Parts: sequence; C-alpha cells; structure tokens
Amino acid sequence: MIATPELAPLFDGVEPRKAATRNAYGEALLELGASNPDVVVLDADLSGSTKTKAFGKAHPERFFNMGVAEANMIGVAAGLASQGKVAFASSFAMFATGKAFEQIRQSVCVPELNVKICATHAGLTVGEDGKSHQMLEDVTIMRVIPGMQVIVPADAVEARQAVLAAAEIPGPVYVRLSRASTPVVFSDDYRFEFGKAAMLREGGDLAIVAMGVTVAAALEAADTLSTMGIEARVLNMSTISPMDVGAIESAARDCGAILTAEEHQENGGLGDAVAQAVVRTHPVPMEMCGMNGSFGQSGTGDELLAHYGLDAAGLVARAQQLLKRKQA
Amino acid sequence: MTLSQADRAAVEAAARQIRIDTVRMVHAAACGHPGGPIGMADFMATLFLRHMNLSPETLHRPDRDRFVLGNGHTCAGYYSILSQKGLIPRDELLTFRKLGSRLQGHPHRTPDMGIDFSTGSLGNSLSVSLGMALAAKSNGWDTRVYSASSDGESQEGQIWEAATAAAHYGASNLTVLVDFNNVQIDGHMRDVMDVRDLREKYEAFGWHALDVDGHDIDAIDAALVAAREETERPSALICHTLIGKGVSFMEDQPGWHGVAPGDEDARKALAELGIEGAELEAMMA
Repeated sequence: MIATPELAPLFDGVEPRKAATRNAYGEALLELGASNPDVVVLDADLSGSTKTKAFGKAHPERFFNMGVAEANMIGVAAGLASQGKVAFASSFAMFATGKAFEQIRQSVCVPELNVKICATHAGLTVGEDGKSHQMLEDVTIMRVIPGMQVIVPADAVEARQAVLAAAEIPGPVYVRLSRASTPVVFSDDYRFEFGKAAMLREGGDLAIVAMGVTVAAALEAADTLSTMGIEARVLNMSTISPMDVGAIESAARDCGAILTAEEHQENGGLGDAVAQAVVRTHPVPMEMCGMNGSFGQSGTGDELLAHYGLDAAGLVARAQQLLKRKQA
Repeated sequence: MTLSQADRAAVEAAARQIRIDTVRMVHAAACGHPGGPIGMADFMATLFLRHMNLSPETLHRPDRDRFVLGNGHTCAGYYSILSQKGLIPRDELLTFRKLGSRLQGHPHRTPDMGIDFSTGSLGNSLSVSLGMALAAKSNGWDTRVYSASSDGESQEGQIWEAATAAAHYGASNLTVLVDFNNVQIDGHMRDVMDVRDLREKYEAFGWHALDVDGHDIDAIDAALVAAREETERPSALICHTLIGKGVSFMEDQPGWHGVAPGDEDARKALAELGIEGAELEAMMA
C-alpha cells in the first residue's frame, strides 16, 4: 500500500482544480511517442474525443485510424503487438470493451500481448449522451479475463502516470478514463504504483474504498463524516486487477467496516472485487455505492452522480447506515 | 510457370503426409476436424514448402514470414506441415488434443514451434494478420504475412472490417488463402448462408483477388507468385477445394467437418491414401 501521499488542496475552501483524465492520456501518449519508438496508437474514428489525435499528428507513421470498426482495431493492435510493438488502442469504453470483448479475450489476452486498451467516456459522467454511451460494466468484463490488468485512475495526475506505467507493464492492460473534467485529487508529487492502493486519509471508524471519479467524493465525504466525529480511512483502489488485497485486509482489520464507491455496476465491479478480498481475509460488514443493476440516463455528470447516490452526500448517508450495522 | 517434376513431387508428398497425419491425429484424439485440413492439404503444402521462409533456421528471425490459421479448427494439418518443416517433433503429433499437449485443439501462439498466433474463434484472423503486416511495413521489413481463412469464416463481419482496412492501408505484404469448399458445420453453404462470389467481394473491397483451383499445385504456386509481385494491394486467393479431398467417403460431406473417424474409417482412409500392409497395421496398432 502507498503511504498517505500529498493531496491537492481539494476542499479547503478553494475551488478544486479540474481536469479530464482523457486529456492526461493524450499528453502521456505524446511523451511515450517521443521516448519509445515501439509505441503505436490505434483509434476508431474518435481520435478527437479520446485525445489520441495529437499523437497521430506527431507520429503519423505510428498512428492507425481504423474507422468505426472496434473489433478489427483490437485485432490489428494484437497483430502489431505480436511483432514487438506496444499498441495503445482507444475508443469510448462502451465500444472498446463492449463491441470488442471477444477480440480482447481471444486475440489479446489468450496470447498475452502488449495491447493497452485506454478507453475514454466511461461511466455516468459521459452525461447527456445517456445510457447507450454510459459504460458501467467495463471493469467487470475486463477484470474477469485471465491476465488482463485493470487501472482506473482517480484523476488526471494519476491517469498520466498510469498510462506511462501501462507502457512498461508486460501484457494486456485496460485503463478506464473519463470524458468529464473531474477534481484533481493528487499533487504533482504523487507517484502511482501499479498494483498498490494508496491511503489518502487515515481513519479507524470505517474505510471508504473508491476508484475513479468517486475518489474525490470519498475524500469530501470523509471530511463531512469527520465533523460528525466519524473518522474514515480513504483508499484509492486505482489498480483493480490485480487487487492490493493486503490494503483491503488492513482496512477490514483496522476499521471493521468497508464502504465501496464506484461509477460502475456493483455487480462484478469494485464492490464485488473488494467483497471477495474481505471474505477471504477478514470478513466485516460492507456497503456498496455503485450502480445497482440499472442503466443510466441523460443528465449532467454531477446530476447523475448525485441522483445515483455517488456524490459525497450519498456516500455519507451510506456510511452512516454501515456504521449502524457495524455497531449492531 | 509450372513446377519442375521434382518440386511438384515434393509438394505432393507433403500434401499426402498432411492427409495421413490428419487422419491419424484426429483418430488418435477421437475428436477433431478431419475434413478441412485434408481439403486444404495441397495449398498448405505449396505455401509452406515453396513460399514461406519458416524453418528451424529462420524461426527466431523477427523479419521472417508469418502465418495465421484463421480457420483454427483445421490445425491438424497445420501441425503436420510444421512437423514436416522440422518445427514439431514427429512423435509429438499424436499428443494432439490431449491434456498437457502443446498441440491444442485450436492453435495457441507458441514461438518455439513457429505458431505465430492463437486462433479458433472465426473472424479474428484477418485483423491480426493485418496488424502483423503493418508492423512489418513500419519496420521496413519485406516480411510476408499469410493468413488462411475459409468460406465459413467469411460470414463473420470482422473479416470485412479487416478487408476494408487492409486495402485502405495498402497492405500488399498480406495474402489471405480462403479455403472455399462450400461446406460448413450445419451443411452446405448454399443451404446455411451463401457468401456467394468471394473474389468479386474482395475485389470490391480493393484487393487483388484470384480464383484458384485449390488442388492444382501449379495454379496455387502461380497465384502465390502473383500475390508476391503485387505491390499496391493485399491479395486474396480464393482456393476452391473439396472437403476431405483424397478420402472418398469424406469428400464434400459436411458430416466430416468435425467428426473423428473410428478404427474402421481411419483404416479405410489411410488405405485410400496409399498406406498398406505392415505400415498400416503399425499405424493402427
């Protein structure tokens, strides 16, 4: 587990800085393009939105726009990787993982190839486009594939580092990225470590384990809970596969109750993954904040997070329910 | 251009060996797919003996030619030709489909045997082959990428995504050999899902496409030469074959797509392939 890192000044009276993780992806690709000649990038006619376009302009000979054909894009990426390339493939999370699931399993994970699927527009915060574009099942279907490594950065600072790390990690990697500008949680000194959870706040009454955009909400909820005399530990579980089971076990032993938070289905998502680790190590009461088996709908990202109980207020309410169970 | 008598005899012998090995492997495994590889034997032998520069000496050269077996269920014949090329020990062939074997029921990427990619799910192969071809081009290598596919696999939409992209990127170092035997699992293609004229389709997608008699070694060889000489477009060789060719009771029979011959049928098939006497008894022992 990463010891409590320096955080950006999130909720100390100033308006938090916001940035989109997809922009950080585009910047990281430019860095990789300059430093690693084996890096190639593929997109499926969404390069302006996924932010791969800048790489394409800088390195046209290493950029392949495959048109609106995601299954083929993943297969071509696998073929490139089989010949020694480090292939980054991007589309919206819905299409990159949904349309191409079978190709990811058969052509990327079975042969254990260096394909890095960096999918943007994941989750509810894609907003007004609605349920057809709000991918809420991608972490589930990626983390169950043997050998697939899954990273969900909490903010743009972590996203940049996770993308750079993905280029170095052998084998398939899935990186889940957002369209929306979201609060920047980390200071620039933060160092992402693949496979390690980061404790963002110490506390012993309960632990909130979050991934992606809900990490900021978890920190805000912890502040609110603190004013009520409840001290919450906050864990950023940015690597969801392989999971930092030690960090979960410690949280269960030290806090005696765990709340998970994710902009994703609880089924198969972070909630399930943490529950597996908890029951295998140190069973304690748990609650899950996530999508409970429904699709999303149109609205702004912030409206949707509040509607489905994934903002700080929603997490505080569930934390209070959880503490009643812990004390029962 | 026709082959010299000696060259043609070598290819014919390799094709016959593919057929014999396929019968023996599928019989020993008591499951698998005999009809396809027996029908593909002539073009697989021509490709591997006369065109692909894959051998124990070139195995680990990064710029050597590549092969992807799109119709992965026909891998008994693939394993046979790889063993004939010295890449798989002959005595390993009969471990096909058994627990712990490197010769999986559908190919698994195994660099030490020259198996360049994992296949078995129809539709995925042409995309992967295109990726290999693009990698070779971007490295400035004259690698050729060969992909076997089939009429049945051509029913998968992803094949046409890949065909579109291969033409767009001018992947002239990519050649697909389509085993067109008019048979798929559920029956004859005309009854299940007719893909019609694949040469016309590939041409319409911007490919250099040729119809080839898939049992005429000279014609197959000439088509592979033409594919090599094409400098602008990817090439599709539509190889018209007979499923089970050379084993009379398997020919044109959808039932032999995925059923293993029992003892009696295996004996009969091997006899038709010219195995007799003590050799036949030893094989059947």
